Amino acid sequence: MGRAHTLRDIAIGCLVVAVLAAIPWMLPGKAFQDFVIRCASMALFATSLNLLVGYTGLSSFGHGLFYGLGTYSFALLMQKTTVSLPLAFLLTLLISAATAVVVGAICIRLRLIYFAFVTLAMQMLAHSVIISWVGLTGGDQGLQGGIPRRVVAGIDLGNQYNLYVFSAAMLVIGLLLMRHIVATTFGTSLRMIRDNETRAAFLGISVWRVKLTVFVLAAVFASAGGMVMSLFVSGAYPELINWPISGDAIFAIVMGGVGSFLGPTVGTMILLLLNDVVTRQTEYYGLALGIIILLFALGLRRGVLDFVTERLGGRPAGGIH
Amino acid sequence: MLQITGLTKRFGGISAISDVTMTFNPGTLTAVIGPNGAGKSTFFNLISGAFRPDAGEVLFKGENITGMNRAAIVRRGIGRAFQVASFFPSMTVAENLMAAIAAHRGQWADLNHRFPRQGVRARALEVAEMLGLQDSAGVLSANLSHGDQKLLDIAVALALEPSMLLLDEPTAGMGPEERWRMIEKVQRLWQVQNLTLAFIEHDMDIVFGIASSIRVLCYGRVLAEGTPAEIRANPAVIEAYLGTPDAEDDL
Repeated sequence: MGRAHTLRDIAIGCLVVAVLAAIPWMLPGKAFQDFVIRCASMALFATSLNLLVGYTGLSSFGHGLFYGLGTYSFALLMQKTTVSLPLAFLLTLLISAATAVVVGAICIRLRLIYFAFVTLAMQMLAHSVIISWVGLTGGDQGLQGGIPRRVVAGIDLGNQYNLYVFSAAMLVIGLLLMRHIVATTFGTSLRMIRDNETRAAFLGISVWRVKLTVFVLAAVFASAGGMVMSLFVSGAYPELINWPISGDAIFAIVMGGVGSFLGPTVGTMILLLLNDVVTRQTEYYGLALGIIILLFALGLRRGVLDFVTERLGGRPAGGIH
Repeated sequence: MLQITGLTKRFGGISAISDVTMTFNPGTLTAVIGPNGAGKSTFFNLISGAFRPDAGEVLFKGENITGMNRAAIVRRGIGRAFQVASFFPSMTVAENLMAAIAAHRGQWADLNHRFPRQGVRARALEVAEMLGLQDSAGVLSANLSHGDQKLLDIAVALALEPSMLLLDEPTAGMGPEERWRMIEKVQRLWQVQNLTLAFIEHDMDIVFGIASSIRVLCYGRVLAEGTPAEIRANPAVIEAYLGTPDAEDDL
């Protein structure tokens, strides 16, 4: 039964990539492709944060550290060394994982609000280092000079359409892997810890080991999202590692729904659509976004996808109450 | 089964449990009674590893388990249920039990296989049936009645296949009828599963109705122990806790 579920998920994933790959033949123009690439990057990031917030009950406010670290370490590896793109990709995942082990070991034992603020402080620290180390990172100008050697298996990602299909595939692969993680017994341990940490410990679960593992896994997926963004913007910018980026991911989760696996992906689409529409109309983007978030929080009292699932009689996987 | 010698626990300067020595024999159904603040819950917390004792020794099946952590003690076969039902509210009854069984089988860090792995669901339904929860298997546990939540708490403990079970006030917060339904289930469980069972209880009708032996705690010390008949006739217990028959009638 478990295998059938996995195969079904993979089939759906392939179908989604195929459909997305076909769309530009019917809908020419760059705007849609740009939108999907940004969505892919941000949705990987937001879904990885939801592994912590929604599934484990760990409210990290500094998850953008790993997203930004993904953009910078990938761009730097491509610019300063001669490694191939796939190798730079893997090395970046390793760097993020190693960083997450250290940051996680410091933060994981802290409770609720302290955890939130120390993770936030970690991200602000990383941001300061990026801004100050002008020689390496370009400081507040960002890392310029583009990304050379953008070739994966003979496919040139310098081509917009290729990057678009690559990003969609990255998103689907990332979502499938995270979907698998939450469906395993380890995924169940996450929910047990969120629901009742004491009882989970009484059942023999090593709570801190589970928390540290999920913290590292989430960091790895966030940095994968960061690398997609780095390819899109051809470099890295301090905004991509500054703390508001973590806020964007939290908005995406809240609007899409903490209790549904695809909630953060739906939320990301809403957030980016709002961003594009509202910034075209007014400069008061923050005000408009704030009002919309309030409508979600006070009106629906849950994300869009949680709302729909409940209406259809289903049960969202739970969330922050 | 369980031998406790000189167990002591202090919080600040106050002794919650002082120099408690008692034995729980295999297959007994023991009631632990005493006035509020007598240290009954602390006593269970010490046995199950939630607190570390300051002095004394706990032997379980001849093994010294003093100062071991919760998980290690659970693995050795002492399960417990809580005064306030403790379970996983976002999960159904069956999921609660499957999660406990998977954790007990050491699968909690498994990132390869989907949950639940083979055999876990069947075992969960078996456990649910022991407490008559089989018809609620698909119900979200947060939506269960108070009584069924207490049963689920016990079922989660049973999922770990304990040989000894500690129940902290299984009938807390229940009406008179619901109490008896609960206690009949506990009694049947004790008989059918061949458990050694200890429970904290305030309702004296229940205590004298089902317990095979009784321990009375008062101010953290053992005031008396014996069969229900012996306890009922014990002057110290009557003085401190039960009251005289006349006083009881006045209430």
